[in-house]
Amino acid sequence: MTAASIRADGWGWRHAARTRPAVAGLSFSVEPGERVLLLGPSGAGKSTLLAGLAGVLGDAEDGEESGSLAVDGAHPATTRGTAGLVLQDPQANTILSRVGDDVAFGAENLRVPRDEIWTRVREALDAVGLAVDLERSTAALSGGQRQRLALAGILAMRPGLVLLDEPTANLDPEGVVEVRDAVVRMLDATGATLVVVEHRVDTWLPVVDRVVVLDPGGGVLADGPADAVFARHGDALAECGVWVPGHPVSVERREVAAGDELLRASGLVVGRDAPVRPPVDLALAAGTSTVVTGPNGAGKSTLALTMASLLPRLGGTLAASPTLAGGLSPDPGRWRSSALATRIGTVFQEPEHQLVGRTVREELGIGLRAVGVPRAVHAARIDALLQRLRLDHLADAHPFTLSGGEQRRLSVATVLATGPRVVVLDEPTFGQDRRTWRELVTLMADLVADGAALLSVTHDADVVRVLGTSTSTDRVVGLDAA
Amino acid sequence: MIGTRRVAPPTHLDRVNPVTPFLAAIVLSLPLLVTIDVVSASVALVLGIAGLLAAGLRPGTIVRRTWPVLVAAPLSGISMLLYAQPAGRIHLRVWLAVISDDSIALAVAIVVRVLAIGVPTLAILAGIDATRLGDGLAQVLRLPARFVLAALAGIRLFGVLREDWDALAAARRARGLGDGGRIRRWLGMAFTVLVIAVRRGGRLATAMEARGFGHGERTWARESRLGRADAVLLGAAVLIVVAALGAAIATGSFRLVGT
Amino acid sequence: MSTITAPSGAPTVSRFRWRVVDIVTASVLAVACGLLFVLWNGVGGAWFAVADAFTPGFGGIAVGPWLLGGVIGGLVIRKPGAAIFVEVVAANVSTLLGSQWGIETVYSGLAQGIGAELVLAVLLYRRFGVVAAMATGIGAAVGAWTLELFLSGNLAKGPEFLGIYLGSLVVSGALLAGLVGWLLVRGLAATGALSRFAAGREAQRRA
Ligand SMILES: Nc1ncnc2c1ncn2[C@@H]1O[C@H](COP(=O)(O)OP(=O)(O)OP(=O)(O)O)[C@@H](O)[C@H]1O
Ligand SMILES: Nc1ncnc2c1ncn2[C@@H]1O[C@H](COP(=O)(O)OP(=O)(O)OP(=O)(O)O)[C@@H](O)[C@H]1O
Ligand SMILES: [Mg+2]
Ligand SMILES: [Mg+2]
Repeated sequence: MTAASIRADGWGWRHAARTRPAVAGLSFSVEPGERVLLLGPSGAGKSTLLAGLAGVLGDAEDGEESGSLAVDGAHPATTRGTAGLVLQDPQANTILSRVGDDVAFGAENLRVPRDEIWTRVREALDAVGLAVDLERSTAALSGGQRQRLALAGILAMRPGLVLLDEPTANLDPEGVVEVRDAVVRMLDATGATLVVVEHRVDTWLPVVDRVVVLDPGGGVLADGPADAVFARHGDALAECGVWVPGHPVSVERREVAAGDELLRASGLVVGRDAPVRPPVDLALAAGTSTVVTGPNGAGKSTLALTMASLLPRLGGTLAASPTLAGGLSPDPGRWRSSALATRIGTVFQEPEHQLVGRTVREELGIGLRAVGVPRAVHAARIDALLQRLRLDHLADAHPFTLSGGEQRRLSVATVLATGPRVVVLDEPTFGQDRRTWRELVTLMADLVADGAALLSVTHDADVVRVLGTSTSTDRVVGLDAA
Repeated sequence: MIGTRRVAPPTHLDRVNPVTPFLAAIVLSLPLLVTIDVVSASVALVLGIAGLLAAGLRPGTIVRRTWPVLVAAPLSGISMLLYAQPAGRIHLRVWLAVISDDSIALAVAIVVRVLAIGVPTLAILAGIDATRLGDGLAQVLRLPARFVLAALAGIRLFGVLREDWDALAAARRARGLGDGGRIRRWLGMAFTVLVIAVRRGGRLATAMEARGFGHGERTWARESRLGRADAVLLGAAVLIVVAALGAAIATGSFRLVGT
Repeated sequence: MSTITAPSGAPTVSRFRWRVVDIVTASVLAVACGLLFVLWNGVGGAWFAVADAFTPGFGGIAVGPWLLGGVIGGLVIRKPGAAIFVEVVAANVSTLLGSQWGIETVYSGLAQGIGAELVLAVLLYRRFGVVAAMATGIGAAVGAWTLELFLSGNLAKGPEFLGIYLGSLVVSGALLAGLVGWLLVRGLAATGALSRFAAGREAQRRA
């Protein structure tokens, strides 16, 4: 497959469930073989554009198209297979239950002859550095392996246009570089055109020719070689949410004295069926922030869920202090769900499981009701939070239809709304643009200043810096590979 | 879950294409379903079990796979015993229930027939690998690939059911929704799992289309064919049916349902 | 409904053509129904067996949940074949996981699916309200009843039994399959999970 070109003329798309278009008035073109980094604030329509380029937005039942979009001169829906798309949600990219079948799937659809398919499958797995058995179950892969599998599935199709939607979110720093290099190897070999979406630009700047910044209001905000764009529009772009290199974010941290100890883990053994790592000792005190880092699969999420007493511990003790327990048993595992929710708030790595409401507004109300906040003040609190996290225009939208970053903010907001004394956050900032990141981290910092104990699990170096090293009571706990 | 069984030692059945057990089950069951007499059913049952043993299935495996039908079969006769159209000598009459010579014969016949159809078909169908079945359905039976593959992908979504369930239980507990009656909570979670599965299905469809799925012809990385083992299994099913019906006709007990 | 403009150059498709998302969603619903069947094979199966054995035909009351696939499939997908597809795939899942009726489960699924499908076809795939749902459930029940003339040898039974059995099946089909199925689809739609389906968009305001 030869490299593909892209041309958009006033293109736009409105999802059927929305009154406002996700993308509007977009005009730009990409030459064959160009490598483009697509930027824009969370909710600007980046994922929607990639889906449009892959021809998978659907038909008139799914939404309303305006203007025109062409890949190699034809509507993308008619040239499917020219473009290979890796979706934002890593889970969603796995199609079949065996690794070999999954990689072969795209090639089969493109009618590649049988013998060649298996050659391609092996080459693709080699290229992305995924050395597992072809019969291996796709359910038994770590986050990083899953991302590689998705890339291999695209690679085996030999597409002329490679579309990647935040392919390295949730990977550890080593994994990020490995996956990026796999992509570059693949492009060098095939010469395909690349459009990649990623909020953190540092990873991709060395390998792309050009950046295109989407304007959430419609159209393109900036377009050109990265250096030129950032030199000319750097300040303005940073202001509207782009992570412009050389524009570090800072969040004010107030120095507060550590308060009472709230939760203590001693010799805590964590795991689902078997321990995933050696016993952990960790104490969380009021007004302190603790950041947990470590490679993929180190057991960070498992530890976080166990500390929040949502997974049974396999050994050791977890004790709530009288300050936190407030008359209940010191073992949080014995608390009723409503008691737990008012004391320990948890944000899950996967937002999907956590969201139960039918609208964004309802979602936030659930927690307030559970902790007994008087109804009269619900609306005011919810509105303030929505505005701060830039979700106000989505108050009536269904949580599951939000963009990746919007969904993450909502899931963090559900916990912030109720203000429990211990807050456990698993990758709270993934998928955020510079502006929403700042709002989120500021809210987290405020929680600490107001006396909460914060435990954040993250791969995000800026979170480590701001919440792990800014005040004398901050702490970073590095877990090594399990 | 589907496709993760096969703990039993290997048998000749492992060599057949997964569509063949379905075909064999149909060949075996359809003629028996329109007949109702104890001779054809008994012959089919005996030969069916003999066939399973010859294929290498252990008696223990057969019982383990078919216990539901072993339990259900006797009960299925009672209804026939009580409510069949009476004929011959009448033994007992209570309101609508009548036990007659004929109803006794029919009841025995239906019990044996349930076993004759249920035991062999369950034993050969249980635990078929879903992926290989999909290959066979599309390539051997030529069912539309779009439907077969989408069904396979849909089945995979439920492979992560347990993890979803656990994660969901944890999330509800974290948000203060985990109290209340067990049954209500379970129903709520079951519904939420369904919602998540449907949503994943939507995204899965997108992912499949993004890899060029849904347009006419495609090739298959793994070939699915019929072989000698398949011929043997199908032949055995035909033989059993012929022998069963032949025996019934020869002994004069052959009887179509409803006559 | 959304305002529909013909997108430039995008392929136009008929109202009845299955999109990939239709097939995958139908499969997901079918597997879910299949798992429900497996659970119900235990509880409902025992109820059915006992009621069928000791009452003249009232066992039919337990049958409704096995008819859900056709109703849900038809109401969500709204395309020809959806009721049959979902009910048959569900029956196959139940069979492969080991139901007490073996291959007969597949025949039942087919007959019940056809029954449901016929009702939807008569309604020209245009009506999906609660009445249509209950009629669909009844269609599936009649399909089940017809097949069981042979499957359970019911042809040999007396008219009273057949009448009572049909009546109890119809009630169960209308309520446990039709009404319950309609409620389930409405619940699903309210969660936004069906936003790519007409069934989902009717329930949702645009945001
Ligand atoms: N399936 C959908 N149904 C309805 N609305 C949607 C759907 N997907 C996205 N949207 C909305 O369209 C807008 C653009 O979403 P999109 O996912 O394209 O943003 P994005 O730029 O990728 O954001 P992020 O960086 O947070 O991933 C958002 O307001 C989002 O809520
Ligand atoms: N739901 C689960 N069921 C069984 N095992 C799991 C589950 N989730 C994670 N694991 C396993 O437990 C180990 C620790 O996983 P965990 O999710 O805690 O890692 P992590 O440090 O959070 O990694 P990441 O940075 O990728 O999120 C891994 O080996 C993983 O494969
Ligand atoms: Mg996105
Ligand atoms: Mg994790």
